[in-house]
Amino acid sequence: MNNFSLRLLVSFLIILFFPNISFSEETTSKDDSELYNPVPAIMHHISDSHEWHLLGEGDASVTIPLPVILITEGNLDVFMSSAFNHGHTDVVKGDRVYSMDSHGHIHEKNHLSILDLSITKNVASMFLALIVMLFLFIISANKSKKNTGAPSGILSFIEPLVLFVRDDIVKPNLGHNYKKFLPYLLTLFFFILVNNLLGLLPGAANVTGNIAVTLVLSFITLIVTNFSANKSYWGHIFKPPGVPLALMPIMIPIELVGVFTKPFALMIRLFANISAGHIIILSLISLIFMAQSGLGTAGAFGLSPVSVLFVLFMYFIEILVAFLQAYIFTLLTSLFIGLATTEAH
Amino acid sequence: MDPMSLVTPAIGLMFWTCIIFILLVLVLKKFAWKPILSAVDQRNESISNSLLAAEKARDEIASLTANNEQIIAQAKMDRDALLKEARDMKNEIISHAKDTASKEADKIITSAKEQISNEKMKALTELKNQVAAISIEMAEKVLGSELSNVDAQKDLVSQALKEKI
Repeated sequence: MNNFSLRLLVSFLIILFFPNISFSEETTSKDDSELYNPVPAIMHHISDSHEWHLLGEGDASVTIPLPVILITEGNLDVFMSSAFNHGHTDVVKGDRVYSMDSHGHIHEKNHLSILDLSITKNVASMFLALIVMLFLFIISANKSKKNTGAPSGILSFIEPLVLFVRDDIVKPNLGHNYKKFLPYLLTLFFFILVNNLLGLLPGAANVTGNIAVTLVLSFITLIVTNFSANKSYWGHIFKPPGVPLALMPIMIPIELVGVFTKPFALMIRLFANISAGHIIILSLISLIFMAQSGLGTAGAFGLSPVSVLFVLFMYFIEILVAFLQAYIFTLLTSLFIGLATTEAH
Repeated sequence: MDPMSLVTPAIGLMFWTCIIFILLVLVLKKFAWKPILSAVDQRNESISNSLLAAEKARDEIASLTANNEQIIAQAKMDRDALLKEARDMKNEIISHAKDTASKEADKIITSAKEQISNEKMKALTELKNQVAAISIEMAEKVLGSELSNVDAQKDLVSQALKEKI
């Protein structure tokens, strides 16, 4: 947890203070030297967007356009994000005029409320993860059906992971009725793992570092935990055993809050860990550009080996974190379900 | 850029995450987890069965070896017993033969002795008879010549009377 809190701190420092620093520098030292400000680029890389940015800057950037799906007051409007022309052009659909601001948000000129169900970069990346997972696991399943001997090929990589999740995460926490939750927990583990690892590819999206994704995953944990809960779980919440009656007005709200804090912590942990990892790697790369703007090209050349070494090191840590966070999310989810379904003792 | 946008969940992304995740759970449950896990369970079962069978076979072989040793030991014992029996029988036969032979010899000797004594008695009797006959003959001859003489007869009678009185 120490590592986690440190990285949370670092990420928040970067998010919160760097804009202020850069603003102050923009206002005070605009004339002598313009120090490269990495925050917009980093924020752009870890945020969701309506197009898949590959390379280049601003209007010259090379992007893959993605479908925009909007439901505006009962009207379904579908068009490609390239129609915005990087925010320069408004898109007119019937009586609705859409424009994109500099942050990539879509607005309606007449302030109609929009339900934005676009296939964004993160959604596209998730569909990619879906294809990768279906491909990997259905091939493995077919292999396992045909082959009764030792696992071979891709199955020899998948099977130990599946058995690890079953025997070391799910079984110890859920006991005898683990079979009911196993498909969900296995999918959860591999969904987080595959998205974490896909996020590490250059130019990839930051799916599991997006609060919406982790919110959904932890919300599903909340639903599954509370809908599978037995009498003794609710008993511990509404009538904590061994607690004096006078303390009940305090204890019951605390227990009720506890129901929500557990998945909330899951949501923040995954989001913060993965985002922080991306921010650190991008910051270390940005050091080169900052050195160039501050010290000139020689400074950039001097700093780049150091920066690359640090980035390489961080990449290895991020691979570890990708597995670790998938493990922790699955472990804690099965722990919560296990606590909710355990028999009274 | 607004830092709050990082912690503001987008509805669209939540919607698609829900759909993709639930789809994955349903599809993978049917087409991946079930076959993979059942194959693993099957393999585990067959491995444990094979191990059990191997154990059983090893036990069987061990018992067979023990059986063989027992059979060999039994055979050795039987052989020894047979040899012993044969030796005993040989000794018995030899002693029996010896006994029979000595008994037969004794019998022969006894019958020979008997015969010899019988023959001897027969010879003696005959000798006696012959001596008696010869004596009588001689006595006849002597008496014949003596009694022709009256004096001699008188002497003889008197002598005999004297001896009697």
